[in-house]
Amino acid sequence: MSDHSITVPIGPQHPALKEPAGFMLQVSGEKITGVSIRLGYNHRGIEKACEDRSYIQDIYLIERICGICSHSHSTAFIQAVEEIAGLQVPPRAQYIRTLVAELERLHSHLLWLGVAGHEIGFDTLLMYTWRDRESVLDLLADLTGNRVNYGINTIGGVRRDIDPAKIENILKIVDAVEERTKYYINLATEETTLIQRLSGVGALSKEDALRLGAVGPTARASGVARDVRRDDPYISYGELDFKVCTSDQCDVYGRTVVRLLELMESFSIIRQVCAKMPDGPVSVKAPRKVPAGEALSRYEAPRGEDVHYVRANGTDRPERVKVRAPTLANLQSVAKMLEDRYLADTPIIIAAIDPCFSCTDRMIVTDERSGSTRGMCWDELRRHGIEWYRARGIDTTRIKLALP
Amino acid sequence: MKKPAAMTRQLLRSLFAKPATSRYPYEPSKLPRGTRGRLKFDPAKCIGCRLCVRDCPAGGIEVTKTGDRQFEVVIDLGKCIYCGQCAENCNKEAIMLSDDFELAELQNSKLVLRYDVKPERKPAPES
Repeated sequence: MSDHSITVPIGPQHPALKEPAGFMLQVSGEKITGVSIRLGYNHRGIEKACEDRSYIQDIYLIERICGICSHSHSTAFIQAVEEIAGLQVPPRAQYIRTLVAELERLHSHLLWLGVAGHEIGFDTLLMYTWRDRESVLDLLADLTGNRVNYGINTIGGVRRDIDPAKIENILKIVDAVEERTKYYINLATEETTLIQRLSGVGALSKEDALRLGAVGPTARASGVARDVRRDDPYISYGELDFKVCTSDQCDVYGRTVVRLLELMESFSIIRQVCAKMPDGPVSVKAPRKVPAGEALSRYEAPRGEDVHYVRANGTDRPERVKVRAPTLANLQSVAKMLEDRYLADTPIIIAAIDPCFSCTDRMIVTDERSGSTRGMCWDELRRHGIEWYRARGIDTTRIKLALP
Repeated sequence: MKKPAAMTRQLLRSLFAKPATSRYPYEPSKLPRGTRGRLKFDPAKCIGCRLCVRDCPAGGIEVTKTGDRQFEVVIDLGKCIYCGQCAENCNKEAIMLSDDFELAELQNSKLVLRYDVKPERKPAPES
């Protein structure tokens, strides 16, 4: 019946998507036969903008790549800068970074659980998980000074110390959230409607997960025990005891279970961090100018492996910053998961990788005729964007152009 | 063990529980102490060293010379991302962050704070 196939566009603006991304689905009846993904609607030119700013300013810019995994991006960037500068970060600062990282994982996974519930029409779960997530956000505000975009990192350490009263507060809230997580785990293993809705949806075999380079919970739910925290320990994960949660379900249900079990591991990590927190300074003095060199830094963000590359040229500004966010690595798997599934499963399949398109969108100019690729400078990029819209009749005359 | 309607008990309990939300703005809401909110500037302490200007990621602070040992400090809260780097850089505690988070204004111009600064001593050299 291939004669009757039609193309259904999902996005760039679509109620089922939380952020703009274009999915063109070839549909035959209710079945999806082909998928093409188009990115770039959320491109903001952050990598390029980093080159115009000093390292200190870049921390706050990099942090705003993504609101949910802001600490992941800033820590990954800072690790690379600290490696180039040869800074020894004090252990107490490393532990505070780990603490914030795990609290971030808590709120990110709770958020995902709510969004997943929402996508399958289980909005009660959304309300409950987001209520519980709120207590974690308050905790982060207490610790770092903000609910998102914490700004706790600085080159050479962290900006705020933590006192025993705060640790006590963390342990109290972690206990309460753990109780709730146990309830959600019971729910996920008992509630038949949830199990039947998610089982077999968005199947991704172990071979496919490896071949397509899936990362994070998406890979772990397909039985690939891949976790940067264990494989290449950074900050203080080398001194902590935790296990990598995997599932052989290979579907959205598996991804739900893996994230719930990871929450339990995070509670254990937070307790270990609070118990082992060493004394000492929380930062060392960092130079403004970073010597020439390059570094690659890996970080296990809640969504998967986040990779940052920084090249320094001896000035106070980086020469190149490259970010590979986990969603970019997982998008190929989404195309695979959608194939031969029903159209109605699309929202939950896309949501199951916990996509973050603002992290992912990239820009490179490729000339198909000559096959050449080139980068664009900040002003060129801006001019190109404005002219692109002007050519399509969108009035940009009211936007003030600050071109050289 | 699989059983349907596993949430029933929870739902019944929620029927009689207090709402999890608060009635803000009718009831006051407070963020934890140390939350980074509205910038507070004290012109009496400022020496015009421009350390805050140097590291502001949003370019929200301007210090311009208006005369001999006189300058104007303009802080644009509309540009501010509330990272607190300026307060950290300030050696004289002239810029501080308060925990006031109610920053909405109907006019952009109300978010721009202007101060005339006349330090008693000679301004410190730019570093």
